[in-house]
Amino acid sequence: MKKFLLSAILVLLATACNAAQPTVQPTAQTTSLTVMTHDSFEVSADLIAAFEKENNVKVTFLKSGDAGSALNKAILSKNAPLADVFYGVDNTFLSRALDAGIFEPYNAPLLKTIPTNYMLDPTDDLLPVDYGDVCINYDKAYFSNRSLTVPQNFEDLLKPEYKDMLVMENPATSSTGLAFLLATIAHFGQNNYLDFWKDLNSNGLVVVDDWSTAYYSNFSGSSGHGPQPLVVSYASSPAAEVIYAETKLIEAPTGSITSEGTCFRQVEFVGILKGTPHRKLAEKFVDFILGVRFQEDMPLQMFVYPVNPDAKLPPEFVKYAQVSASPASIDPGIIATNRDKWISAWTEVVLH
Amino acid sequence: MRRFLSWLGTSVFLVVFFFYPLLRILWIGLTVKADQGGLSQAFGLIGSTAWFTFYQACLSTLLTLLVGLPGAYLFSHYEFRGKRTLNAITAVPFMLPTVVVAAGFNALLGPRGWFNVLLMNLFHLQIAPINFVHTLGAILLAHVFYNTTIVLKLVGNAWSQLDPRLGQSAATLGANPKRVFCKVTFPVLRPAILAAAMLVFLFDFTSFGVILLLGGPRFATLEVEIFIQSLQMLNLPLAAILSIGQIIFTLVFSILYSRLVTRSIAPARPVMNIPEKATKWSERVFVGGLLVIITALFILPMVSLPFRSLIRFDPAMGQRVSQAVSFTLDYYRELFVNRSGSLFYVPPILALRNSFGYACITMLISLVLGFPVASLLAHPGKMERALDPFLMLPLGASAVTLGLGYIITFNQHPLFFLRSPWLVPIAHSVIALPFVIRSLQPALASIPPEYRMAAAVMGADPPRAWFAVVWPLISRATLAAGTFAFTISLGEFGATSLLARPEYPTLPLAIYRFLSQPGGLNYGQAMAMASLLMLFTTLAILLFDRLRLPGTNYF
Amino acid sequence: MLEIVEINKSYQGESLLKNISFSIEEAETIALLGASGSGKSTLLRIVAGLEVPESGLVTWNGEDLSGIPVHQRNFGLMFQDYALFPFLNVEDNIAFGLKMKNLPQHEIKLRVAEVLAQVDMTKFARRPVNDLSGGEQQRVALARVLAPWPRLLMFDEPMGALDRTLKETLLDELRLILHQSHTPAIYVTHDQEEAFALADRILLLYEGQIVRSGTPADVWNQPGSAWVASFLGLGNILSGRILSIGQVQTAYGIFRPLNCDHQHQAGDEVSILIRPDVDENDSATYNLEGIVRDVNFYNNRYRVTLDDNLVFTLPVAPEVGGKLHLNLSETKIQCLG
Repeated sequence: MKKFLLSAILVLLATACNAAQPTVQPTAQTTSLTVMTHDSFEVSADLIAAFEKENNVKVTFLKSGDAGSALNKAILSKNAPLADVFYGVDNTFLSRALDAGIFEPYNAPLLKTIPTNYMLDPTDDLLPVDYGDVCINYDKAYFSNRSLTVPQNFEDLLKPEYKDMLVMENPATSSTGLAFLLATIAHFGQNNYLDFWKDLNSNGLVVVDDWSTAYYSNFSGSSGHGPQPLVVSYASSPAAEVIYAETKLIEAPTGSITSEGTCFRQVEFVGILKGTPHRKLAEKFVDFILGVRFQEDMPLQMFVYPVNPDAKLPPEFVKYAQVSASPASIDPGIIATNRDKWISAWTEVVLH
Repeated sequence: MRRFLSWLGTSVFLVVFFFYPLLRILWIGLTVKADQGGLSQAFGLIGSTAWFTFYQACLSTLLTLLVGLPGAYLFSHYEFRGKRTLNAITAVPFMLPTVVVAAGFNALLGPRGWFNVLLMNLFHLQIAPINFVHTLGAILLAHVFYNTTIVLKLVGNAWSQLDPRLGQSAATLGANPKRVFCKVTFPVLRPAILAAAMLVFLFDFTSFGVILLLGGPRFATLEVEIFIQSLQMLNLPLAAILSIGQIIFTLVFSILYSRLVTRSIAPARPVMNIPEKATKWSERVFVGGLLVIITALFILPMVSLPFRSLIRFDPAMGQRVSQAVSFTLDYYRELFVNRSGSLFYVPPILALRNSFGYACITMLISLVLGFPVASLLAHPGKMERALDPFLMLPLGASAVTLGLGYIITFNQHPLFFLRSPWLVPIAHSVIALPFVIRSLQPALASIPPEYRMAAAVMGADPPRAWFAVVWPLISRATLAAGTFAFTISLGEFGATSLLARPEYPTLPLAIYRFLSQPGGLNYGQAMAMASLLMLFTTLAILLFDRLRLPGTNYF
Repeated sequence: MLEIVEINKSYQGESLLKNISFSIEEAETIALLGASGSGKSTLLRIVAGLEVPESGLVTWNGEDLSGIPVHQRNFGLMFQDYALFPFLNVEDNIAFGLKMKNLPQHEIKLRVAEVLAQVDMTKFARRPVNDLSGGEQQRVALARVLAPWPRLLMFDEPMGALDRTLKETLLDELRLILHQSHTPAIYVTHDQEEAFALADRILLLYEGQIVRSGTPADVWNQPGSAWVASFLGLGNILSGRILSIGQVQTAYGIFRPLNCDHQHQAGDEVSILIRPDVDENDSATYNLEGIVRDVNFYNNRYRVTLDDNLVFTLPVAPEVGGKLHLNLSETKIQCLG
């Protein structure tokens, strides 16, 4: 019996070692460029292949969790950086990223074309790439089947008929969740927002760790057929539902609540990590990200809006995606000072 | 001189890789400058977290005793079909990695798990009826699953060694059966019950993976809060303070444990009672009923895991098509595929290779460092007795704290190790070292010095004497200790979650990542990897159990 | 008082006790003597109620005890390894039986002190039992058994773990205690010294049956069978055949006149017992000769082994290798059954 167990282990070991052929060893000629992103990063494979060919480089993407976790990992390893380029810092985490001093400035040529309201970092450590509105999405069928009206603002969410219906992401880790929290702070003010959250928590708020789980596991309007018909997501998510539907749809099955102050505008940035040995290649990659090809690819990959004004939007996107007319916003300086305090207070009230 | 040298290697290792990082944590925690509001908020957080940690540990311990004590009675008094197998099976959960346990319960009771899928199909429900994951109940159940074996082994052993003549004496002195139990059986068992309860409480208090994976964002113990503050909030000072609290608690508790348990009364002449088959009707009901409960508790979660990894229930993420149930090997095949859009830029199966590599390195390091120390402790002198408690300290320190310490210590000059993937097996070795030493020590202590003297008298020089006499006697113990270290490394999650570089993921980390991603494909891959991890860990455990060393108390 | 009637018990299919019957009177100590594994302990456990016989009765003053559970019989049982409760100290161990009777605290204290004095262990009252030596533990076990005034005392080889000098001291003390207490007692052992030291009556157990019962002197003088004589080490045992009334032929010669039991007839096989002590003034009813093989000094006499394996004890040492002529008086030779 002992012998059998020992040989079984040895055989399995051998199989495992044999099966796992590392495929990432670059050949002698090509160098490799590592890009660290959050988990929701998507790009067309042929686009990347074209970039690799043009620059004789192998690009590898390190998906490192939701925006907050990925950034924290980069900060914690700043003396021994894990990658060359970091994509996925957004305006809610901007101050944390800049304070940690983990980026090198790069005055990309394309920056001149980008509208100034997205240029939130004057030091050019972080360059804007895309934006989107974080709004509450609702499952149209769910509400029409029960003859319920869709809630229109934050106060509506507290009503008893919407009990247990909302799922959101933990603002400590998810930039989506954090954006939502900031929207409520902008709406209720720093002194009252906690009362709102206390009441919302009593009304059956569901909290999960990241956007993918919230949208694909908990939301009833997505393929996951989850329990909650209201989810904190993006104003562009309904477009994704149409585009990825098996059968052709005329109308989006979900919608966004975009009334005044209920959405929060999120801008995402890219930066070159300090200490990278491949500065030139990194610059090329940033140029590529800001360039028209990538910017036009982004809407249908990540369902965000390009910052490059020369990029054209795909028609389905124009038809089904929404932006809020008057999204909430908070001065980045104020976010910088108070973010951790707000998150801790929120955690205290909602999670504990 | 030789003694000093033997201590030197291990001491240096522990000082650099355990005590120094711990001191750094202490330093950061004690020198934190915070404003008044932040301070009170921090204390509030610490207080509520500590309370919850204590509360769930108490509840878990009570429930574990509730299941374990009747189980101990069952195993020590009754003979039944499949007893030997069940005995081995109940030992497995304790050594299983937390991610595997979480995945197992997920596969059984999670929103995509067997129970929910079956119920949804039976009653045509849209929403999963059983809301198990992310509740306190999930935490408690997983803890019971994990730790019942401690009660079964410790109390069961004591019970089967209970001299029946004690009870018979009491009976001849006038005690009816109830009084025999209360006045004789229970007092004799009390040390074992106390030891088991304290151990279970300690493990529940320092539980990490279970709380994180099955409890979800609403539940945080001290360990989990350290993790959150380190990785998510980047509030290292607060994490350091929490770590100090954790260390103090485990230290106090370890001292309490060694005081209370070693002072207990050992049986003067241990007797092995022979268990018999159940005869009376009431006995049969008891045995049968308890067997059903134990089997359900232990086997169902572990079995549902591999099954779940072979069945496809739901469509891939993004699709709106519902698919029929089908048997599939896709999830295992996916492990070898390097998808550009997947979470890792390498095939997930490499995580298996990394885990094995780390485990082998851990085994080597802990054996090389543990052996000389264990042989010294086997025949302790004054120095050994003084140094012993320090050696056992890593046993109590939390893995997350260790990871945090490494992050703080090794990310700057001159100790520039943080980029090194070697930090992971080193952390594993620090964690495994006390277990290895404790496994080797009794074996080494049990070799009478006369053996070596006899070999010397017959003409063998010291190295030959050692190989000819000592090695054959301890080779089993060494293999067992090595297997122990291997298993610990394979399943380690706490420290690794803080330390592993993304390009060298380990299997538990990969499982964790895949589990937290939605979509059938990710879930299936998580199940597949967890099944593999469970398979390897179980093999190692069975090997360890087969070696069956006399007097092997891991505690 | 205690009466055992036709007890039968098997162990693993083999018959262990066959139709055992005996009785004990008040203040009588009987010793149950037999080889290890002969079922003595089992018999004690049956009397105590810890085991159930396959057939037979245990009665006390005429009352059938089979329906009465162990804890109500009020029989004291002392085990070979004492079975002291390790979690209680000396006086709490002793008090156990009294607590089971729900006696008031001060009465318990009094009685405990009384028995402690009886076994000479008063100084040890508060000691943990694991700290005691073998002899001390034995006394505590004895005190524990005596304390609740049992109506019957049973001892299961209690001296097994003790060395010789300790054993002798304790035997004396135990005899005294037994005489003082007037409680009937069964003492089970394989050591005949203990049996002879303590018992008013000895029962010998062989192959599941009581083969001899009598006072120590009776049993010693009239063993009754070869096995008893051999077990008690009474002397040389020869096998022989009856030639005619008064004559028995053995390998060592013909012994006459030797009267065997009148039930025997010519041709029957019998055993002869030759007691080993030979003194100078013995009458020479029989003669025996042999070559001396070995001599050693023992118990103030010389133990002489002849080359035909017979053993005698003499006051004077003969020469090794020399011829020895022995005069054996008729009191020294018996015919056994």
